Amino acid sequence: MSDAMNPARSFQGLILTLHAYWAARGCVILQPYDMEVGAGTFHPATTLRALGPKPWNAAYVQPSRRPKDGRYGENPNRLQHYYQYQVILKPNPSNLQELYLGSLEAIGIDPLLHDIRFVEDDWESPTLGAWGLGWECWCDGMEVSQFTYFQQVCGIECAPVAGELTYGLERLAMYVQGVDNVYDLNFNGIEGEGKVTYGDVFLQAEQEYSRHNFEFANTKTLLQHFVDAEAECRDLLKAGAPAADGQIHRLVFPAYDQCIKASHIFNLLDARGVISVTERQSYILRVRELAKACGEAFLLTEAGGATRSAA
Amino acid sequence: MPDLLLELRSEEIPARMQRKAAGDLRKMVTDGLVEAGLTYEAAREYWTPRRLALDVRGVTARSRDVHEEIKGPSTSAPEQAVQGFLRKAGLSDISQAHIHSDPKKGDFYVAHLSKPGRAAEDIIAELIPAIIRSFPWPKSMRWGKASAKPGALRWVRPLQSIVCTFGPETEEPVVVEFEVDGIRSGNITYGHRFHAPQGFSVRRFDDYAARLEAAKVILDAERRKEIIRSDASNLAFANGLELIEDEGLLEEVSGLVEWPVVLMGTFEKEFLTIPAEVIRLTIRANQKCFVTRPADGQAELSNHFMLTSNIEATDAGVEIAHGNGKVVRSRLSDALYFWQTDQHDLPDLDTLKEPAAKFGLDLAKPLDQRMARLEKLGVTFHAKIGTQGERVARIAKLAEELAPLVGADPMLAHRAAVLAKADLQTEVVGEFPELQGVMGRKYALLQGEHESVATALEDHYKPQGPSDRVPSDPVAIAVALADKLDTLVAFWAIDEKPTGSKDPYALRRAALGVVRMALENDKRLPLRRWADADLLSFFHDRLKVYLRDQGARHDLIDAVISPQADDLLAIVRRVEALGAFLDSEDGKNLLAGTKRAANILAAEEKKGTRVADAVDSSLLQEEAEKKLFVAVNQAESEAGQAIQNEDYSGAMRALSALREPVDSFFEAVLVNDPDENVRANRLALLSRIRAATDQVADFSKIAG
Repeated sequence: MSDAMNPARSFQGLILTLHAYWAARGCVILQPYDMEVGAGTFHPATTLRALGPKPWNAAYVQPSRRPKDGRYGENPNRLQHYYQYQVILKPNPSNLQELYLGSLEAIGIDPLLHDIRFVEDDWESPTLGAWGLGWECWCDGMEVSQFTYFQQVCGIECAPVAGELTYGLERLAMYVQGVDNVYDLNFNGIEGEGKVTYGDVFLQAEQEYSRHNFEFANTKTLLQHFVDAEAECRDLLKAGAPAADGQIHRLVFPAYDQCIKASHIFNLLDARGVISVTERQSYILRVRELAKACGEAFLLTEAGGATRSAA
Repeated sequence: MPDLLLELRSEEIPARMQRKAAGDLRKMVTDGLVEAGLTYEAAREYWTPRRLALDVRGVTARSRDVHEEIKGPSTSAPEQAVQGFLRKAGLSDISQAHIHSDPKKGDFYVAHLSKPGRAAEDIIAELIPAIIRSFPWPKSMRWGKASAKPGALRWVRPLQSIVCTFGPETEEPVVVEFEVDGIRSGNITYGHRFHAPQGFSVRRFDDYAARLEAAKVILDAERRKEIIRSDASNLAFANGLELIEDEGLLEEVSGLVEWPVVLMGTFEKEFLTIPAEVIRLTIRANQKCFVTRPADGQAELSNHFMLTSNIEATDAGVEIAHGNGKVVRSRLSDALYFWQTDQHDLPDLDTLKEPAAKFGLDLAKPLDQRMARLEKLGVTFHAKIGTQGERVARIAKLAEELAPLVGADPMLAHRAAVLAKADLQTEVVGEFPELQGVMGRKYALLQGEHESVATALEDHYKPQGPSDRVPSDPVAIAVALADKLDTLVAFWAIDEKPTGSKDPYALRRAALGVVRMALENDKRLPLRRWADADLLSFFHDRLKVYLRDQGARHDLIDAVISPQADDLLAIVRRVEALGAFLDSEDGKNLLAGTKRAANILAAEEKKGTRVADAVDSSLLQEEAEKKLFVAVNQAESEAGQAIQNEDYSGAMRALSALREPVDSFFEAVLVNDPDENVRANRLALLSRIRAATDQVADFSKIAG
């Protein structure tokens, strides 16, 4: 194997190895969702597909934006934009822990050399009205993944339960590459002249987005965008709603996009520090209401398991 | 007699739930066995992160046959009564009943019922699935295919396998067969996740525990704890260090591993500039590791920590220690960043001018800025009570008012109160809320606050309970009292008082704190200034509990507490003086005399006998009553004077002069004189005895 594909030498090699591993286990390998989200869970391939009775196995990389975590490129561990590797298996296979450990071995983590542990972590996303039980997965004391059995999503009981694995790719890569600063990660696995680091790709963006998130994002426009997205989401849900019993909902994915948008705008406003503690709760609640409405609408679609026909 | 072995193997159980779950399992199984008519000799539970196990010894092999007789009506009873008897006994025809004869009652029906005993295996096979389905996990979940249907099994994490064997020591135990949501009981278990993942069969507890240990699983949590404790201490000692023990952490760590292997990790010495509490919490909370200090006692902490891994690594743990060190380092750089950020200016200082002016804050100082931001953000304290800012304003005013009462400088008390909650806005407290106060003190010293102000920031949260330290610096006392009084008054105002075992805002603790601060620092507080009657009686209750714990007599406390009494210190002094007085001969006799006077008065008052408004000395006839009148006048005024001077033993001495005249009076004088005026006058004299003693205590409430 050339180092370009070596998960322990190349950031992209790590991603490609995980793709190959999960593809071999029947997952559809999706591409990142083309919108700003705070975590891989927001991808409709997880949020919406976790609902309803239909089996669903997918894996994808999701760029995740956490405006508040920006550090102007100065912190070796914290980024406002980073990659999550997301796997969702519905229903969860009974050997999901073993499958997960297999993926770690695939990227070069030997469980008899490294101390791998499942440490209690109850996952909850107040904005998505979602919760589940599971663990932080530790490798030598470092959290490298989140492992969750979804119990509820969009306020709706999951039946059956889906298992969700979320790998923090930069952290994992830093670990396997033995690098202390995220910007020093080898991105393409080439040494010498052709080497491209994570810093080459993202440092400038981190600096610029930190400025944007903390200093320049126009809060007045953002506040308006939030209201607009919220209204648009509701309008779409109304417009696509089944006209009569036995029909399906026709506009769930577009409506859910607006919910994602509202959530990201809220995160930006939060980073700009214009949301007070009391308001914060009510914004979260507003996004959750949208997510719940989208989840309920999704159950009225074919992918959501409805056996109805389009009008 | 047969033994039962049960193992419920699952994916990793949260460490904090394991001990209780194993205990619940033992109780539910043994209770269930007993209820089904079986007995057992001993039962012990075990747990690891991946299994709950139960070892029940000496179970009876069968429940006993149960014979029961139900008496019925006379053979000559009407049909209705016979039908009722059949229903009750579960018989279909009266021919199934026996007829017994009684010399007195004659012939009557009796139903002979017999329930045959059941094999223990059958009972267990029914019992265990029911227990699994109703197990009281604090939080449980569904999983896998089965979760598509309603009513799916819930467990703390997916349940993977069940071992259930039963049999006497001398024979091959059998598998007790049952099934729960597709999981069949068996005799196969699995060892350590990485060292021994292959399944193996087990027969009974002894070989189960031994084979697990061979498969790198130590079943007994106490043994795991002991291994971690002694290995960590030894490793520390070998490196010139001393382990800082932490029982809570030890319990948690023992629930995270099946095969503990202790290793030592290291971080850069530069991080030791971070306060020790912050380092300890960072390493404990995030990494579950123990910290150490140099064995020579030269420093609070060393830069070495002890971690517990779950494997015997092929490189003897070099990679694991290295990896953990890296994570600790990155956590400590966060902590260092927090610690330094808190000492620097906030951005947007301009927006903080208004809140700063409101509290007289100096925006050149970091802690002042944090308080200004707390006010500006309008952080809620309690929805019905208002914001933290409003609360701080009230506490500051109150602390200033209290300062002279506790010997504190009012300006310092005000300053300390204004900064008391500022550290809630610091990064370190945001990360570790349990460091509130502790950090306030450190930041206050760094920005040059008066030593007493800094102490108050930490100590105003104290005392946190009956055994916690009480603040002793007057400024800290003023702020601690203000904080607690404000909390109590505010929650009383919205009618959120503790009820029964519910006290979510720790109001009992706050009131006890006020009581302890007053008493243990000899401070007098006119509590009525802030507390209404109901809150005052709440303080009285706390005081009684406190004094009783100190061994004071319950009846004496009741005797000296009046509903309006708000000087807690005075109450305690009275109780002490009263106790000493009652131990003396004079005290005992006076108590008896006073009680006698009070009883006579009470009886006459009840009858409606007239009692003169005041004693008329011209109506006093007998020498003894004249003497008593003089003595009462003198004792009353002397005792009153002594109480004015807070000389409670002096007051008792004054009262003790009454003992002889009271005794002589009852010996020589008949209260119930035929002359109504004389009688009314004598009763008035008795009421004067009561009045004189009442100044000190309500003698009627004293036992004996």
